[in-house]
Amino acid sequence: MPEEPTEELAEPGPPALTDEQMALLAVFEAELGDGVVEHADALGTLVVRIRPDAWRRSAEVAKTKLHCDYLSFVSGIDWQPMVAPGSDDEGGSDTSAPVQPTETTYGVAGSTGRFQVFAHVQSTTKHHGITLKTDVDDDAPSAESWTTVYPGADWHERECAEMFGIGFEGHPNLRKLYLPGEFEGYPLRKDFALLAREVKPWPGLVDVEAMPGDDAPAEEVEA
Amino acid sequence: MIDVLALDIGWGTTLAIKTIIILVLVPAGALILGYTFLLKMMSHMQSRLGPMDPGGFHGWFQLIGDGIKFIQKEDVMPDGADRRVFAMAPVVILMSTFLIFVVIPAGPRIVVKDLDVGVFYALAVSSLSVIGVLMAGWASSNKFALLGALRAAAQLIAYELPLLLAVVGVVVQAETMSLQGIVAAQQGGEIFGWGGIGNPFFFTQIIGFGLFLVAAQAELTQTPFDMPVAESELVAGYMVEYTGFRFLFFYIGEIGTAFAFAALAATLFLGGWAIPGVHGTMADILGPVVLFAKLMFVAFLFFWVRFTYPRLREDQLQALAWKVLIPLGLANILVTGILKVAM
Amino acid sequence: MSTTENPPTPEIQLEPGALRHLAEAQVNVELDTGDMILNLGPQHPATHGTLRLVVRLDGERVVSADPIIGYMHRGYEKLTEYRTYPQITTLVNRIDWLSSFANEVPFVDAAERLMAIEAPPRAQYIRTVLTELSRISTFYLFLGEMALQVGALTPAFYGFRDREYVLNLIEGATGGRFHPNFNRIGGLKDDLPWGWISETREVMQKILDGCDVFDDLVAGNEIFQVRTKSIGIVPGELGAAYGMSGSNLRASGVDWDLRRDGRPYLVYSELDFKVWTHPDGDSFARYWVRLQETRESCRMVLQLLDQMPSGPIMAKVPRIIKVPEGEVYSEVENPLGQMGYYVVSKGATGPFRVKIRSASFSNVSIMPWLLRGVYVPDVITILASLYFILGDIDR
Repeated sequence: MPEEPTEELAEPGPPALTDEQMALLAVFEAELGDGVVEHADALGTLVVRIRPDAWRRSAEVAKTKLHCDYLSFVSGIDWQPMVAPGSDDEGGSDTSAPVQPTETTYGVAGSTGRFQVFAHVQSTTKHHGITLKTDVDDDAPSAESWTTVYPGADWHERECAEMFGIGFEGHPNLRKLYLPGEFEGYPLRKDFALLAREVKPWPGLVDVEAMPGDDAPAEEVEA
Repeated sequence: MIDVLALDIGWGTTLAIKTIIILVLVPAGALILGYTFLLKMMSHMQSRLGPMDPGGFHGWFQLIGDGIKFIQKEDVMPDGADRRVFAMAPVVILMSTFLIFVVIPAGPRIVVKDLDVGVFYALAVSSLSVIGVLMAGWASSNKFALLGALRAAAQLIAYELPLLLAVVGVVVQAETMSLQGIVAAQQGGEIFGWGGIGNPFFFTQIIGFGLFLVAAQAELTQTPFDMPVAESELVAGYMVEYTGFRFLFFYIGEIGTAFAFAALAATLFLGGWAIPGVHGTMADILGPVVLFAKLMFVAFLFFWVRFTYPRLREDQLQALAWKVLIPLGLANILVTGILKVAM
Repeated sequence: MSTTENPPTPEIQLEPGALRHLAEAQVNVELDTGDMILNLGPQHPATHGTLRLVVRLDGERVVSADPIIGYMHRGYEKLTEYRTYPQITTLVNRIDWLSSFANEVPFVDAAERLMAIEAPPRAQYIRTVLTELSRISTFYLFLGEMALQVGALTPAFYGFRDREYVLNLIEGATGGRFHPNFNRIGGLKDDLPWGWISETREVMQKILDGCDVFDDLVAGNEIFQVRTKSIGIVPGELGAAYGMSGSNLRASGVDWDLRRDGRPYLVYSELDFKVWTHPDGDSFARYWVRLQETRESCRMVLQLLDQMPSGPIMAKVPRIIKVPEGEVYSEVENPLGQMGYYVVSKGATGPFRVKIRSASFSNVSIMPWLLRGVYVPDVITILASLYFILGDIDR
């Protein structure tokens, strides 16, 4: 029996109540059986984690059975913790650069590994939205393509492929969208460092900046 | 014409003087029209000022400066271009503009040559520009230029017919093809027995006037018929390979032809140089001024429409000419003929 | 030799296959265009920015069209991982730079939801007013500039001229015409200046009058109508499946507006406004819907100014903003369409991952389907009517 999704902070959520989310979830479970791995509530939006081999089928279920005719986006996420160059765990009083936790945690509805593909679909008639997630293999990341169900997924999947290195089976033309053809590496992965911060490390919080033309160095709170 | 000056000058000198006047008149007219309408009127209608600095007073020197700039540019020709045809194309277009001015009268005795077939001559000569356009497109050795030239030529040819039909109505009513004769018919005529303002064919040939304006707008490839030229947004017009003074020739040709068509329209429909009741030497002096005023009015209409309306697509443009304007022109001639015989 | 007869034609010995070649030689005229490739952009007056459209033509008609984007890709999603939440508010108003205030709102909304903070009512009202002013400024420019793409030179100037009044208002309130950077997590940076509300009322009246001018001059112009009606028809369900949103989708008859139908955000639930749709789905419908929405936004601003409460403009937030762990998707109705931020937070001062869902990205992805079989001049009309901003596509 799936456990009740915990109602997080009392925020003005969408018109959906927990009952409506349960109804949506019930349809998924009826159609996909144990293709539904986990579910949760993200501040009013239902999040459902789907087994990888039921990914395209879940899109069909959302489109046909749940009236979700609108595709918001398809994207990826890399759960490996990021190490910002030159940062330490404490951070002290320098609030000018964020310090992320170093242990790996997975977000709402969990994950089996480092990479996930997630998507959001909405209904123009029923006015609800669902976030769907699926795990992809860490070594050879690949997911099923949604282009046969939502033609708009074409460009979203191309972007996800070039940014994370996730392949999409069944995509007609998985070539680069933003990056030039000869680009090496996958920019949105956490081990791809932002070059700007490598070349010039973040100077930290500067309390008083020097006036233009003034050669006096700025006073720094934390070097 | 030379009796005006009551001087005894030979035939050759007369011809030379007339040639020089025409050669000066066309660029000067293009300059005035371009400055007034294209730069100043358009700017004010678009809530901006236009050129203000060159020359001091409201930027009157702008176009002259532009002309000088064009002349001093390098003469570049594309590699595979047919050199002679490439060089001759703008000259052909400009030539057709100059030739129209041969028959336009500016006073009872101020005209280069008052041909008996004046109207026929004017229309025939204005069609020569089509050849120039095709020459420009072909000689550029550029596929896009050629396509643009073919489209432009198709448009120009299609709109010759409404132009012609509009004018035929005037000819039927005036009973003469000579432009001086048409002006005289308007000056001396009467509307329902009242001769106060003569009989400008504007009233009876109102449909013809409208047809003439629309067809002239298309002949000048101005919006809403400027797809061949605005094509340069998308592909390239037939002028794409032209720079420097050759491009200047095209430009003078375009606005000079606007000047010529405006003068033609003023002569055919608004009475030309004539004011009823003014004859003789007074008309010789006032004639050019009156003609200028009337043609500025017609040119105002041309340019006003130019920057108000969006442009028609090629097929819509052709459909307008063949399916709407030509039947209208034919109907106009029919009605004019019937009324001419009946009354 | 007789002068009335033609000279005898010489005997030509032909090979058996030569006749076929001769016949073909007559058909293969020099002017046969075959498949011509036309490259629009990346620098081109018709595309709003650096969009490259590779179009394959067969004579006058488009056989296939392939938009190539990424010339303005700035890597926003990567940048957000290295910045704190207040720093990101500065960053995101450059995504859609015409309605830049409206880009900050969903991000700040997402952060506030995760922190369980609500901005005070006055701040919410001012945010709504500024969002609607951005919508008016974006759409008013569109009204003039689509006419320019179709060929009319003058309406574009009217669009720029009256938009200056709206930009002056935004500058008066926030200090920036294009990149206000006015939102803070928990409220706004400053309150409205003295006299701003009465000036806004006057400007709204000017914009309403200007919309009437556009209605007459452009939408009522027969040539404009014949250039845009039945051009670029998008069926409603297909548009939704591609992710097309905003006025584009409403012009195809889909009655969906996140201000009314989505999760309540800002103060739209307290406003009385109409959502405009048009059944046709062609370029004229898209123009018409935006025209009506501009007028509607003016009326909404006037309502908001009447109802504006007094009070603080900033909620109590800690000095260092740490957003608790969680995920949230905050989608709003931006001028260009639906914009959303999927923020994944791990409790630090900056987000772990921000997925920016921008409207123009999906609006433009329908172009390969939409541009098949249209005439070449209509490509420009369709591009103008879809109204995308390159910063929004490329992020």
